[in-house]
Amino acid sequence: MKCAVIMFPGSNCDIDCYHVLSEVMGQPTEYVFHKEKFSPGDFDLIVLPGGFSYGDYLRAGAIARFSPAMDSVLKAAEAGRLIIGICNGFQILLEAKLLPGAMKVNKDLKFHCHDVFLRVDNVETPFTGLYKKGEVIRLPIAHGAGNYYADAQTIEKLEAENRIVFRYCDRSGNVSDAANPNGSVKNIAGIINKQGNILGMMPHPERASEDILGSVDGKRLFKSILRCIEGRTTIYGR
Amino acid sequence: MINARIHVRFKSGVLDPQGTAVKGALKQLGFENVVDVRVGKLIEVKLNVEDEKDAKDEIKSMCEKLLANPVIEDYSFELSV
Repeated sequence: MKCAVIMFPGSNCDIDCYHVLSEVMGQPTEYVFHKEKFSPGDFDLIVLPGGFSYGDYLRAGAIARFSPAMDSVLKAAEAGRLIIGICNGFQILLEAKLLPGAMKVNKDLKFHCHDVFLRVDNVETPFTGLYKKGEVIRLPIAHGAGNYYADAQTIEKLEAENRIVFRYCDRSGNVSDAANPNGSVKNIAGIINKQGNILGMMPHPERASEDILGSVDGKRLFKSILRCIEGRTTIYGR
Repeated sequence: MINARIHVRFKSGVLDPQGTAVKGALKQLGFENVVDVRVGKLIEVKLNVEDEKDAKDEIKSMCEKLLANPVIEDYSFELSV
């Protein structure tokens, strides 16, 4: 599985993502600088990492969305390549309109940096195949603007199409206001596009992929992706 | 040269976390008449354009492309020479 991690000015989880993909997962991984372009066929997986691209000026992700590398990401998205946006990467995907909705600052205006529990609501995606439906996992969040918003019509559509992949919940899996760290509509922590190749999520799976970090719940996400890509290779002989 | 003053604010119906916090603070200070507070952005742009119609079109395009996010925000602007 060939992986790319896009580096925007102000990205700060790029090295973590690179480390997990190359060292923990053992996959060939490259950094792509925000000024670089690439072809849709160059990578099986493209990661938009967390951080504060362009200082989060104007709105989180608003300026990164116009980087030259994002033109290539848009083309890869169209070609059906797998793309995951984590934290700031999710915000960039929203600004690029690859996923619907927008992020506002957290409801309590605080930067939230702690572990959360998530319920995995859709396991029929390339990113979540190795989780169990309804399973509760623990991943860290670290964001000031993770308050997901979309209008009622969009939310209805996301729910009807089973595109809400992760929701904030308590340790028993109850999706409640008390378990919602940022005010997101319907406790949304991660959504996928209709075609099923683009996932955006606020929590950080790359920070929970090694025992030494206290949780390996995130590693299964990368394993799921690998399984999907390798599976395709056997099916299509690519 | 034309100056544009662009106001970007949350759409009505979209909860504004900053506005809510400021409203709480104002109430606490005794400003009982406060009913609602919305916090927005003011962006000033200087344009090297003479024609007001051209400036209007350009600012509109800037707002739609970058300065406002139509999912959550509305914008308005005024021009001056």
